[in-house]
Amino acid sequence: MDMRTHPRDRQRLVMIGNGMAGVRALEELLQLAPDRYDIAVLGAEPHPNYNRILLSPVLAGEQTLQDIVLNDWDWYRQHGITLHAGCTATDIDRARRRVRGRRADGTEIEVPYDRLILATGSIPFMLPIPGRELPGVLAYRDIADTLAMIEAAQRHRHAVVIGGGLLGLEAANGLAKRGMEVTVVHVAPWLLERQLDPVAAGLLQRALEQRGLRFLLQAHTEALLPGADGRVGAVRLKDGTTIPAELVVMAVGIRPNTALAERAGLHCQRGVVVTDTMQTLTDPRIYAVGECVNHRGVNYGLVAPLFEQAKVLANHLAEFGIARYGGSLVSTKLKVTGIDLFSAGQFMGASSGRAEDADCEEIVLSDPQAGVYKKLVIQRGRLVGACLYGDTADGSWYLRLMREGQDIEPIRDRLIFGERHLGDGGHQGQHHAAALPDDAEICGCNGVRKGTICQAIRSKGLFTLEEVRRHTKASASCGSCTGLVEQILMSVAGGNYEATPKKKPVCGCTELSHEELRQAIRTPLADGRRLLRIADVFSHLGWKTPNGCATCRPAVNYYLISTWPGEARDDPQSRFINERSHANIQKDGTYSVVPRIWGGETSAAELRRIADVVEKYRIPTVKITGGQRIDLLGVRKEDLVHVWRDLGMPSGHAYAKALRTVKTCVGSEWCRFGTQDSTRLGKELERALWRMYAPHKVKLAVSGCPRNCAEAGIKDVGVVGVESGWEIYVAGNGGIKTEVAQFLVKVRRAEEVLEYAGAFLELYRQEGWYLERTCHFVARVGLDYVKQRIVQDDEGRRALWARLQDALRDEPDPWHERVRAQVDERQFQPVAVVEADGSVDRLPEEGVSA
Amino acid sequence: MNAPSCNPSPDDAGWIRICRIEDIPPLGARRVARAQGLDVAVFRTADDRIFALLDRCPHRGGPLSQGIVFDQRVACPLHNWTIGLSDGKAAAPDEGCTPTFQVRVTDGEIWLRADELAHHAVDLTRPIAGPARCAPTVSAPNGPASLVGAG
Repeated sequence: MDMRTHPRDRQRLVMIGNGMAGVRALEELLQLAPDRYDIAVLGAEPHPNYNRILLSPVLAGEQTLQDIVLNDWDWYRQHGITLHAGCTATDIDRARRRVRGRRADGTEIEVPYDRLILATGSIPFMLPIPGRELPGVLAYRDIADTLAMIEAAQRHRHAVVIGGGLLGLEAANGLAKRGMEVTVVHVAPWLLERQLDPVAAGLLQRALEQRGLRFLLQAHTEALLPGADGRVGAVRLKDGTTIPAELVVMAVGIRPNTALAERAGLHCQRGVVVTDTMQTLTDPRIYAVGECVNHRGVNYGLVAPLFEQAKVLANHLAEFGIARYGGSLVSTKLKVTGIDLFSAGQFMGASSGRAEDADCEEIVLSDPQAGVYKKLVIQRGRLVGACLYGDTADGSWYLRLMREGQDIEPIRDRLIFGERHLGDGGHQGQHHAAALPDDAEICGCNGVRKGTICQAIRSKGLFTLEEVRRHTKASASCGSCTGLVEQILMSVAGGNYEATPKKKPVCGCTELSHEELRQAIRTPLADGRRLLRIADVFSHLGWKTPNGCATCRPAVNYYLISTWPGEARDDPQSRFINERSHANIQKDGTYSVVPRIWGGETSAAELRRIADVVEKYRIPTVKITGGQRIDLLGVRKEDLVHVWRDLGMPSGHAYAKALRTVKTCVGSEWCRFGTQDSTRLGKELERALWRMYAPHKVKLAVSGCPRNCAEAGIKDVGVVGVESGWEIYVAGNGGIKTEVAQFLVKVRRAEEVLEYAGAFLELYRQEGWYLERTCHFVARVGLDYVKQRIVQDDEGRRALWARLQDALRDEPDPWHERVRAQVDERQFQPVAVVEADGSVDRLPEEGVSA
Repeated sequence: MNAPSCNPSPDDAGWIRICRIEDIPPLGARRVARAQGLDVAVFRTADDRIFALLDRCPHRGGPLSQGIVFDQRVACPLHNWTIGLSDGKAAAPDEGCTPTFQVRVTDGEIWLRADELAHHAVDLTRPIAGPARCAPTVSAPNGPASLVGAG
């Protein structure tokens, strides 16, 4: 289908408001359907779209206005968007579908629309007190306010900021940095009462007082008094106190700007009320996005949820119609240089006084001397809130735990000390991102330094982890530096950046998450048919791309063949090259070959054949692997089939998301300490489970006694022999972040080990997400759930084990049963060889044996 | 086609017949070896369009013929850079370009230009790997520099 739309068929899309949420929606739309609309934007400010979050650094003199422009005039021109800058929308005629606006010079315009976006943002709330109209009384909202404050700071000495919330404190800090004497008047008993508990707020107040700010808490402003020159001169409180002030900044809150929407008869209630597709309740042609919106009773004032809304809006405008906005969990951070605070979720815990919070528990770490305070709020085994002051390095990690609703009981005793105390191999001391020098290496895989990341964030206006990954490659490979990159993002882009989203789409081709995709493939269609082919998945689930990409195709292929074994056909072209050619590609384009050595036990005959192969095919490197096997490196692709044939050993699947090895110690056969025959059990496990494809690679180990020479404690399934039987551990990992395997169950007999281990792996095969290791799978679903399915449910366990055995029964060895394994043998030779004289040797025709 | 495989037909002067479209799997690639220079990767899209690129990613030299093909692009098997099949360009924000080769398809036969196969991008190489092949040129203690690992 041709997705391009002819100009004369284009619909007219008009947006009122030119702020961050609205323009982000346009950007998303242009990516999805660049030609669907003629777009016009009415913006009241005479500027292109800029980053409102960064007004505070501008006020503090740390950045300039040029630095914070997100889309310059050229961007509008390049995308054919008509921008009416400095033009205030005055009226929406819904019957005739026209927006009327007034330019700064008083002239009027009328713009027709087919669809309309309201992105009118919010307006600062001005206290209804005498003197509010005096010159020198400002709100803090836009560039004009910021410039007025900078100008006032050059001429005057005293400033009063009314409101001790995020915005008020940022304004006060900025004015103080510009040399003013600043008093903050706040009505609540402590600062940032919507973000902090009293203890953290006390630490913050002390730190700000050391910078010269003054605070008056529980103070009610009664009037603003004029000075001799007619400008504001002082602030009078209810208790009679008078404070000199030639500048008064009101930062007591914002409210959704709904005046226009209300005049147009759209349903508003503390915001323009919208559905999950961001359409207004009253008129489906009219959408609303951003701070002016009330979604399920909530107004959002931070950029992360607004960008999520923008994405959904764009999806609907592009007529894909598969995205829904389900609300967001938000976190906040104060953008005052040198002050680290973070809060998210239900940070007040049981002391909030609300009935539903009564069973909250708190873990608190407080070190007033060092200026560090951490409070975590836990409810029914999940982290539900966090309030951090002084050391916010783990804020993004806590936020992730909250969003994913992870079971934190297993790590509860170490939770407060942060992610790096969970056994992070070799990455200690890299936190405190803000304090790192610019040349510090952040991403070891791709060699990306902090300075490079900061520069990309600033110069390209990046907000999300995904964007930083795309532009800098930081955290794009192993992902172990993700937390660090998020912190850098937080410190550079402001705390309102979009952290790990609640629901992460598989890739850019779809809005579906891995979970939703698995579920959709598992669920038969209305007419009873099942999704068995990748193309059907793409067409039924509204894929945005004709044949997916290198991220989603392998995932969909795995989900199909693991959900419907024997029915869904494997698609080799949707497999990564290693699984397509059954060998491991190396940096020079050659391959490595690892034959299977059951339980790590080999023989003279096997070793002799390996040696012969190495010499015959001039294999440059022979290496013992960590999994007790032998790796032959540097095999030419043309030789692979011959190498397999000459080796005469089964495929080791060292190249696959599949069972790799079962590592064993010598065990009771020889070892004087051995209590169980670990080598034999290891070989039995490996023979039962080999050829098992899984969401990611799977490694097992069996030790014959608790000395654990086979290192079973860091395997996906680790088995340890004791006098009375076998202990089974699951979800260990020796990779990027070492994870100790967790105890699952103790059994008596070797056959039971097979059943329990096999059932656990089948559960992982069925419910794990593609490329999710068992440690992440178990962290996501909780060990309790795994025990419930594998230990407590005898029938369910036996069914899982039987299902796995069924799936593996006919699975071919790709090295020796190439036809059944659908190995395309023509890939190994060049399709043609062109000689210097122009003559050609071709692959023999199909049907002619090679 | 009855024409001898090494001789292009007269009206196809300068073009060499490589293979049939069916010799390449849809959303797949095959490589053409040549006397000098790296292989040429020939790609087939879902809608049977054919493209040819030097079999070398501009990033770290990965063999693009081994990547996953989607739409009119290929993802390099080494580090997942995405290269456009029609222009050889890396997708933004990555920057780089791999040489392209002209392709002609007639009656299901794929043809490449003889002069391009012989001379185009023959100087580009792949990274070397392994102990025998990556040993640097070293000075022997008592004598002139010797080349290690040739051949």
